[in-house]
Amino acid sequence: MILLACGTQEPFDRLVRAVDAWVAGGGGPVFGQLGRLGPESYRPCHFEWADLLPAAEFEARFAAAPLVIAHAGMGSIIAALAQAKPIVVMPRKASLGEHRNEHQLATAAKFRGRPGVFVADDETGLEAAIAAARAGGGAAGAIAPHASPELIAAVRNFIFERRKSS
Amino acid sequence: MLAVASTGGHWIQLNRLMPAFDGCETHWLTTSADQRAGLEARVAARGEAVAGFHVCTDANRNEKVRILRMTGEIAGILLKVRPEVIVTTGAAPGFVALRLGRLLGARTCWIDSIANAAELSLSGRLAGPHADLFLTQWPDVARPEGPHYRGAVL
Repeated sequence: MILLACGTQEPFDRLVRAVDAWVAGGGGPVFGQLGRLGPESYRPCHFEWADLLPAAEFEARFAAAPLVIAHAGMGSIIAALAQAKPIVVMPRKASLGEHRNEHQLATAAKFRGRPGVFVADDETGLEAAIAAARAGGGAAGAIAPHASPELIAAVRNFIFERRKSS
Repeated sequence: MLAVASTGGHWIQLNRLMPAFDGCETHWLTTSADQRAGLEARVAARGEAVAGFHVCTDANRNEKVRILRMTGEIAGILLKVRPEVIVTTGAAPGFVALRLGRLLGARTCWIDSIANAAELSLSGRLAGPHADLFLTQWPDVARPEGPHYRGAVL
């Protein structure tokens, strides 16, 4: 089942509404983790969802999903890259009150075109991005399970600096 | 040492730094108790152990009461653990742990989230100047006075 992952913080009505419409038109099946919804937040009518899943259940659903649709959050993108799983991302816009700043637009711009990552700029681009993802663009191999050797070394050297000198 | 990140993308990035902590007595701090089992499994797979797993309230900059509660909780954890080194990938709990930890004499490292590809996060701008090692994960965001670029979690 496709997993819709909106993060664990603010709701993302624009994406949830678009996925709901896509499922109503025959897409899916989808299960959604929608985040901390407010009383006014949109609740989907055409697929099952939860606000927050226990970590183990979320990870199991992520691992089992053939495709993930998500906000352009790095947690979702890293998890997808680590599992060589195609992911469709749609950035939250602070201008629409969906986040505290516009960093998801920058994330989407940086990861656009990376094998396995399909960017929908907004709800009108969602179906095309899903179609592209399903067309088999997820052929990229999984990334390494850890940070780059350069970053690991920089942090490790910093941690052990004093120990070595004392 | 103490490794700090709020649950979600920041925590996933912190976990990808795990090899840097091999051989350390590492305490972990995040905002969701149900991250414990997964963390312990990943640490055990490296033949290491979790010296301590700690949880604090999550908050963003608009949630003043939660920020106060989080700050109190983190102060208590720092006084108990007394870390020599603090490494964080953000966001709010990392900022608080870094600033308070510095006051208690810890050496501190701020790694700005890879999500901040165009400019530093607000917490990174506030915390970075107080960090002993101040890193960004994007070369374009690096500056001679910090943040520096030394690779990324990907």
